[in-house]
Amino acid sequence: MTNKFLTIALGAALGLSATAASAATLDDVKAKGFLQCGSNTGLAGFAAPNDAGEWTGLDVDTCRAIAAAIFDDPNAVKFTPLTAKERFTALQTGEVDVLVRNTTWTMTRDTTLGLNFTGVNYYDGQGFMVRKSLDVTSALELSGASVCVQTGTTTELNLTDYFKANGMEYQPVVFEKLEEVNAAYDANRCDVYTTDASGLYSIRLQLTNPADHVVLPEIISKEPLGPVVRQGDDQWFNIVKWTLFAMVNAEELGVTSANVDEMMSSDNPSIKRLLGVDGQFGESIGLSNDWAARIIKHVGNYGEMFDKNVGPDTPLGIERGVNALWSKGGLQYAPPIR
Amino acid sequence: MTPVSSASGEHAGDEAGTSWFYNPRVRGVVFQFLVVAALVGVVAFFAYNAKTNLERAGIASGLGFFSERAGFDISQTLVPYTNDSTYFRAFLVGLVNTLLVASIGILIATVIGFIVGVARLSKNFVIRQLAQLYVEILRNVPLLLQLLFWYKAVLSVLPSPRQSLEPMSGVFLNNRGLILPEVIGQPGSGLIGYALLAAIAAAFGISRWARARQLATGKQFPSLIVGLCLIVLLPLLTFFVTGMPVDLAYAELKGFNFAGGMVVNPEFMALLLGLSLYTAAFIAEIVRAGILAVSHGQTEAAFSLGLRPRRTLQLVVIPQAMRVIIPPLTSQYLNLTKNSSLAVAIGYPDIVAVFAGTVLNQTGQAVEVIIITMLVYLTISLSTSAFMNWYNRRVALVER
Repeated sequence: MTNKFLTIALGAALGLSATAASAATLDDVKAKGFLQCGSNTGLAGFAAPNDAGEWTGLDVDTCRAIAAAIFDDPNAVKFTPLTAKERFTALQTGEVDVLVRNTTWTMTRDTTLGLNFTGVNYYDGQGFMVRKSLDVTSALELSGASVCVQTGTTTELNLTDYFKANGMEYQPVVFEKLEEVNAAYDANRCDVYTTDASGLYSIRLQLTNPADHVVLPEIISKEPLGPVVRQGDDQWFNIVKWTLFAMVNAEELGVTSANVDEMMSSDNPSIKRLLGVDGQFGESIGLSNDWAARIIKHVGNYGEMFDKNVGPDTPLGIERGVNALWSKGGLQYAPPIR
Repeated sequence: MTPVSSASGEHAGDEAGTSWFYNPRVRGVVFQFLVVAALVGVVAFFAYNAKTNLERAGIASGLGFFSERAGFDISQTLVPYTNDSTYFRAFLVGLVNTLLVASIGILIATVIGFIVGVARLSKNFVIRQLAQLYVEILRNVPLLLQLLFWYKAVLSVLPSPRQSLEPMSGVFLNNRGLILPEVIGQPGSGLIGYALLAAIAAAFGISRWARARQLATGKQFPSLIVGLCLIVLLPLLTFFVTGMPVDLAYAELKGFNFAGGMVVNPEFMALLLGLSLYTAAFIAEIVRAGILAVSHGQTEAAFSLGLRPRRTLQLVVIPQAMRVIIPPLTSQYLNLTKNSSLAVAIGYPDIVAVFAGTVLNQTGQAVEVIIITMLVYLTISLSTSAFMNWYNRRVALVER
């Protein structure tokens, strides 16, 4: 229902705003005093409220990092939980300033929705989860299965492509909300649950008997997940883009939330530029020069954010894998700050 | 329709030589023209603005996406559809699924509603109270909750495919759905369909003839029974005469699930159950109100003419009650159709789930998709209304 409301809002906004020039998002955010961030409705490890009612997760921390860069306060952010279907409309209408909701970067989304992806905060791929009692060890044994899937996702399309490419049949059971897919899979409506592999680990924890389910080894797609902003505001695009780059650079340079104050007096020129001791890098994107230091102090570097939310010591227990730094055999690579 | 009162109309219009400025007819036309022009202008302004703003925001627009490949699968397809079909096909699939659940739902809701409505007026205390209980519970719980309840109930009562119930040979029931043998027609099976059509036409003809004869001569003819027999027997006869040209393909348990056969999804069952039972509660109240609206004097008059209770109900009470029942019944039919959009909550692929859900998200063209979806519901509702209004005029009391 929210979606329809948003669509009508979109229609009304597009219909009425005859001359409204696209205002600078940074000015708007500063004026209202907080960042409005579109997040998942509840995906442990990425965006979900904890026992104390605070939003936590990898996507949530990405939002907090942007807020820290602007306001020096990681809590100057409000979250709008969005379903897969609602998310783009919410961003297009200006309901949220930035969308960080495990959203896959695809060409269609990047080019036809009036949106821009700023980078990748998690490299993911689509996987399958089944009940152990089915004795299935490979996704190639799934012919004839019923598959639970969430609508409005790239998952739905990858699923079709994979079964088609392998000459297998399946029966899709499609729901709008993540909770509905979980409930249907838990009630044994489907043999298979498919979504991004990280999501499967997270969802498995929410099932009645997590130990009864197994994630199959096959990864059938590329799912680069990242923050999204509206087109036409390059300054805002740069802020969101470089927030993530700063976190990756910080990990590479060994700057952590624990040692950031000592690092201020480091002799390493790269660290000096990152922390704003040298150069005017913060001002060039409309922020203060210690923007990256603020991010690292409040949220940490990329590795800290990963370990805290989804890493091996969390209930999700996900290894760094492809999300390790490029220098450690992974894909996380940020252009230098110079 | 004209916005001027008839009194001033006669007064000013009859006087020859009055300035056209004061002519109410001219004024009426001018004002109506202005209102229409303003309306068209406002709509055009919105459309133009939306278009330019969409272009400026870099959001794709237009209906070109209809002919692109959809690339996703749908669990229930009554028209041929694969993931290679176009978005337009996907739209049709969703539309047909909506129409299917709405039309079957209307039939079931009407039958249950009439039974419960009459039961509420029963002389039997237990039946009367049970009917009231039904109405009060179903009518006062939100439909969405009922749908989730039925879906959960359907899923938790039914076993997994490997422990399927088999109520009849070749028919299986499990939490993947109701699996029926598929009917495969051999050459010559088309005749059976024609026989059915012919039988229905003949039944109508007989009914008309019997009516005309009764009006002319007073002689009665059991046209209902003869018609029903015709509709059942003629296709059956054709079936045997043409040498039984129909095969049944039985479903078989293969791997995860049954392969072959026809499947009625649990989502469809839950939605149909929820929609019909909920709407039936309202229809029951409408039927009760309609019957109570016929004054008791009518029944007494019929009795005094020597009509038996069944004929009284059939010839005197029901025809008059229908006049009261039909208009609100139409509203309930429209409600049921529109409520079917709640299907999205339990994963039934209706037009909202398929078109305003998946297609909207894959193409990103929210404005077009939502406008089309609204137009579809508008069209369905207006068609239903038109049909019911036609029927209402037929049963309405012709006053002289």
